[in-house]
Amino acid sequence: MADAGKFKKVRLSTEPTPEALADLKLGDVVYLDGTVYTAREGAYMRALQDGAPLPMTLPLESGANFHCSPAASIAEDGTIAIGAVTATASFRFSKWIGEWLALSGAKLILGKGGMTSADYKRHFVPHGAIYLTTVGYGTGALLGRGITRVKDVHWRKELGLAQAMWVLEVSNFGPFIVESDMNGDSLFERENKKIAAGLAKVYEGTRPAVLKRFGETDDRSDEMI
Amino acid sequence: MISIDVIQETAEKLMAQAAIEIPDDYLTGLKQAADAEDGDLSSFVLQAMLENYEAAKEDRRAMCGDTGCPRWYVKLGNDARIEGGPVALEEALRRATANATQNVPLRPNRVHPLWRTDHDNNVGIGAPEIEYGFEPGGDWIDLTTVHKGGLFGTDYRMLFPSDGIEGIKRFYLDSLVAFGKRGLACQPAIIGIGLGGSKDTCMVLGKRAACLRTVGDRNPDPKIAALEEEFKELGNSIGMGAMGFVGNSMVIDCHIEVGYCHTGGMQMSVHAFCLSSRRAVARVHGDGRVEHRTDPEWFTPFQRRETVGWQMPENSKKSA
Repeated sequence: MADAGKFKKVRLSTEPTPEALADLKLGDVVYLDGTVYTAREGAYMRALQDGAPLPMTLPLESGANFHCSPAASIAEDGTIAIGAVTATASFRFSKWIGEWLALSGAKLILGKGGMTSADYKRHFVPHGAIYLTTVGYGTGALLGRGITRVKDVHWRKELGLAQAMWVLEVSNFGPFIVESDMNGDSLFERENKKIAAGLAKVYEGTRPAVLKRFGETDDRSDEMI
Repeated sequence: MISIDVIQETAEKLMAQAAIEIPDDYLTGLKQAADAEDGDLSSFVLQAMLENYEAAKEDRRAMCGDTGCPRWYVKLGNDARIEGGPVALEEALRRATANATQNVPLRPNRVHPLWRTDHDNNVGIGAPEIEYGFEPGGDWIDLTTVHKGGLFGTDYRMLFPSDGIEGIKRFYLDSLVAFGKRGLACQPAIIGIGLGGSKDTCMVLGKRAACLRTVGDRNPDPKIAALEEEFKELGNSIGMGAMGFVGNSMVIDCHIEVGYCHTGGMQMSVHAFCLSSRRAVARVHGDGRVEHRTDPEWFTPFQRRETVGWQMPENSKKSA
């Protein structure tokens, strides 16, 4: 195994200063302290398309938006059980992210898989925000341990448990990896470039399918044979 | 007669086990991959994953916050009789799914595709899926639950005999490279490949190959077994590891299942199970005994039979 311990580890507030964010480099490992809230397509559509007023004061209460639905349940007496939390893939939310960053003032977007550097440069950089990716995507139990309290669950009735806005008090919540920096560069894109260099060799001896499909050509007047 | 209460109790336990505990065969495979990994970031990710499994087990909390779409594979011995019949069985499995969603807790992932209605219990129209298989002899029911993710890492393509192994390889690599970037497929994982059948059965075969066979298991056809080995190595030579970072741990194992298809075609599906291979299995006997095990033992000689009638081959008789 390669040296898994060589990465810089940082404790970061969920309302980070611009200086703290500027210090972060792609690939740094981050643990968060403070308050994070979940918001994904349900909350985005409700706030941005339906114009519903936000149920919490942002970014005063939290500057960290987690693309997540927790594995959690609420008993009839209101008791909340929260087990594991893991992110969901963020690329699907890029159509809302610019407006959302403007509305919420979020400085940290936490999720799975990141967005494109074009999204970062266009939306994140002007708002002084960065993207932190969860690690391995299955490390829900470790992240669950970092939640000290469920402060609130907003829009539960309107959106259901999975899409509701969960407000979570967290301590040493992580690990996350810095995926975008204040330049809007992307760690995933950097890695993809390195991998792409070796792909032609891996594909040697294979051949394209006899029957093509749309997507391999975007010209709908083309034949697929 | 198999008690319906024992079925439901067992099913609830299996739901918790699948969500919380990584199966032994998969953990062993993952540790070997972690040892062989030479990418820095990939190694860091694998290390965090291994720590996560410990945390999940210690805390009795789900390994992953996305607990997937719970589903059931049910196998019945030919002599099994279930208290209340198949209707009671389906109700017990649906109730176990709902109860476990509340009690573990699992994430209530299942919603109506159009209206997004969420019952907060992973039960709804067609959910959880319950699929059946049968085996000659035996007064028992095997319950296997699989919590597979529902979004990425799966693809289907109609290939033809003239595409050959080279075409199969291309589509396999295309699927891994497409979904492996940024780790959308939640690799490393067991990769299942379905070949043949028709479009729907091809998808079913590939999914079962990924979810119902253990690490190290090989197809009984020696040429297919050799392909499985070759494809495992090929997947790990892409240069991509955990989360799509530079590395060499993409495929913990590759399983291929085949079904007879139209003479002109060679359907192919690719399925990536997740980095935790969430499955749990138990057999409930007619006398009330419950035996837990790791291997779903789905693909028996009977399941892969080619003949009209069935007689257990002498060399594959099992005590079960």
